[in-house]
Amino acid sequence: MSGLVLPERLRDLEPVRSIRTPARLEYTYTAGQATSRFLRGIAQRKILGERCHVCGKVILPPRGACPVDGVPTHEQVELPDRGTITTFCVVNVKFSGSAMELPYVCATVVPDGSDMGLFGMVQEIPFDRIRIGMRVEAVWDDEPRPDLASIKWWRPTGEPDVQVDEGRGA
Amino acid sequence: MGKERVAVVGIGQTKHQATRGDVSIAGLVREAVVEALEDAQMTWADIDAVVLGKAPDFFEGVMMPELYLAEAIGAVGKPLLRVHTAGSVGGSTALVAASLIQARIHRRVLAVAFEKQSESEAMWALTLPIPFSPPLVAGAGGYFAPHVRAYMRRSGAPDHIGILVALKDRTNALKNPKAHLHEEGITFESVRDSIMLWDPIRYSETCPSSDGACAVVLTDEAGGDAADSPAWVLGGAMRSEPTMAPGRDEVNPRAGRECAADVYRQAGITDPRRDIDVAEVYVPFSWYEPMWLENLGFAEEGAGWKLVEEGATAMDGDIPWNPSGGVLSSNPIGASGLIRFAEAALQVRGRAGEHQIDGARVALGHAYGGGSQFFAMWVVGADKPTS
Amino acid sequence: MREVAVVAFAQTRHERRQQALNEVEMLMPVLHQVKEELGIDQSQIDFTCSGSTDYLAGTAFSFVTTLDAVGAWPPIVESHVEMDAAWALYEAWVKIQTGEADTALVYGYGKSSPGSLRDVLSRQLDPYYVAPLWPDSVALAALQARACLDAGITTVEEMAEIAARSRRAAESNPYAQLRGSEDPSVLLEEPEIAPPLRRHDCPPISDGAAAVVLAAGDRARELTDRPVWIRGIDHRIDAHALGVRDLTASPSTALAAERAGVADGPVDLAELHAPFTHQEVVLRRALGLGDDVVVNPSGGPLAANPLIAAGLIRIGEAAARIARGEARRAVAHATNGPCLQQNLVCVLEGSD
Repeated sequence: MSGLVLPERLRDLEPVRSIRTPARLEYTYTAGQATSRFLRGIAQRKILGERCHVCGKVILPPRGACPVDGVPTHEQVELPDRGTITTFCVVNVKFSGSAMELPYVCATVVPDGSDMGLFGMVQEIPFDRIRIGMRVEAVWDDEPRPDLASIKWWRPTGEPDVQVDEGRGA
Repeated sequence: MGKERVAVVGIGQTKHQATRGDVSIAGLVREAVVEALEDAQMTWADIDAVVLGKAPDFFEGVMMPELYLAEAIGAVGKPLLRVHTAGSVGGSTALVAASLIQARIHRRVLAVAFEKQSESEAMWALTLPIPFSPPLVAGAGGYFAPHVRAYMRRSGAPDHIGILVALKDRTNALKNPKAHLHEEGITFESVRDSIMLWDPIRYSETCPSSDGACAVVLTDEAGGDAADSPAWVLGGAMRSEPTMAPGRDEVNPRAGRECAADVYRQAGITDPRRDIDVAEVYVPFSWYEPMWLENLGFAEEGAGWKLVEEGATAMDGDIPWNPSGGVLSSNPIGASGLIRFAEAALQVRGRAGEHQIDGARVALGHAYGGGSQFFAMWVVGADKPTS
Repeated sequence: MREVAVVAFAQTRHERRQQALNEVEMLMPVLHQVKEELGIDQSQIDFTCSGSTDYLAGTAFSFVTTLDAVGAWPPIVESHVEMDAAWALYEAWVKIQTGEADTALVYGYGKSSPGSLRDVLSRQLDPYYVAPLWPDSVALAALQARACLDAGITTVEEMAEIAARSRRAAESNPYAQLRGSEDPSVLLEEPEIAPPLRRHDCPPISDGAAAVVLAAGDRARELTDRPVWIRGIDHRIDAHALGVRDLTASPSTALAAERAGVADGPVDLAELHAPFTHQEVVLRRALGLGDDVVVNPSGGPLAANPLIAAGLIRIGEAAARIARGEARRAVAHATNGPCLQQNLVCVLEGSD
């Protein structure tokens, strides 16, 4: 503010340093055809991947295109709600709007037969015993809806750990 | 006829800090631009075109802020391009600006990038609720922590490597007056004992949230010849790949390897550890230093952490990484990539002040973004390229 | 300068609300169409550049997910502008000029329907002095229209004629959203919605996408029998503060037109990105177009205005008409920002 000459009547006033201008915009979300197909499956406790007709890989969750080939995926593949943890992190930080109790574990779980993983929570085991390669199964909400939150979390199956290719998509 | 040679002749940066409450967005950006123009010994009228980069517009709550900034950055009546390639955007901004000269469309181009994170809530902007999916991840750390864990398991790196990187970068930052974090008295123990936010990432191993801007003036060959200690662009490249794809390597992404190979080929680099004197690499979480050491070919796969442990990437090591303190010490997101590119240029110009690496002749600037899927890199040198 | 041509163009059928498809699904068919038309796949594209904006999608990093529609594997050389995709085409043209690329895929998509567009666009304004007042985009255009009427540059009758002419022209455009119009005299009986603007003066709100493939010299001739050459392209920006601008003129368009060489030859067709009727008048003056120039035979943005794609579509439409032999030399124009703040001009010519 140095060098600024104010009119007499403003000289005793506190200068404005910042203003708050709240903004709110509301959007209608379009899930799209592929995501809608997937979410309808979730409402029936089914995990439906989609196979790409070019590379033959099972895309999960389907979002409309095979990200490798850039083509629509149409062939639905029902996957078991059981899979392997390929990697995870322990979240100790709270953020606005989250009711989650700390710490919680976020993991990538690759259902058997899928070429890609789903992101979800792992519970029913102390967080410091969760491992890459651990076998887990989905715990569904009693009244599943077309929402990924219908998989409440994943829990260990007790099967022996399996070898995974850490951090390679699947 | 080949491409026009490009030189960096002016560099400006704000003092980066958590909240630059003393300036508006325009004031912040202008601070960097004015410094770059002074460095280049140019005036606004000398600039032919402006390229502006920043990360998501939701960060400040301004849609296409370059429109509002047109006057402040001297772009009125000129071509103004707005680049956005996620976290790599600062690097892409410099490369798009360079391409305008390489194509002989313009002679002098201003590249500018900024982020004023304090004007809004970045964590919020990164975690906008998407219907039908639970909001599990808190900010970028929650996204990258699993990749870090995968790297640790894959490479067998010991837990203290991330601590060493954070300690090194934050100590380097003490020599950089522009850096946001100046943690006098930082120790191995203080990093180790900081709270585990997204296990395996500790608080002191994460980048801060900063307000800041960076500007770079690029010229053609004649401009570089006339300048006092220019940095010559020896190569530049960008690569992109999908966020999620079957078999995609999220720890050592192919796009990063191929981008590095391209830029090294242009710059005549066959052994990066030997041929490059200093690197400014986008490391927002400390573990990304060993991961990128491998991705960029400075170490064999699985061996990046050993370079860290040996001190090879320290200021007095054989290949110093981030003498400026890096993204771990200042992170105005949209500008962070351009700061890497600019710091690389400062080094080969011999103008990095206290964090100067003696005898630096060839330097790498690097940026990445999205889910480790967008890459931008350049190699700059003190000597004009012959080819 | 290297010779660079538009060799393929595709667009969606634009609609008020595309609620069945997400952005990836809306965009993908046009990407497939341009590649199939040329018989190429992504591996034969040297550079890919897109335009989009997060504020339309309501999500940060919107362009990241739509990369899925491209098939970016193996990794591609790619860039993105947070602008109308006409500027993505400009960046691609520059890339080809450097010699680093011979072919480029350019695309843009915009869904205006998810949010309240008038409010969303107000977020483009000066965040301290103007945006907190939430001036909506139609009101700002009305401000400009009033200035044009007061300056005697246009009349409400001429504006109504522009609206009628555009939407009647769109009757032959299967991609347009609004087709056909009442007579201008009937339009003028309607009430003003943001005086002096009536409903017919305003563009529809549209969801849509478009893609263009560029190629250099002989590569262009290999790919198509009818390359349409970019003879000049330039873009400029005016000041943002409306108070310092003469809203009845578009100096940035005039300067870009000069640099692009609009006046270097006869122009027989123009596709102008003038979302509001009076803006066509402002642009014709800035571009120096005579009365004999056919303007917006596609219907222009008054018939379909998918933001971000709409400017690129002007280039695509002009090129398509030249390729079909309907014109020899055309001007395409794109705009970005409130009241024509930023403008791009492209001069296109067929092969003789």
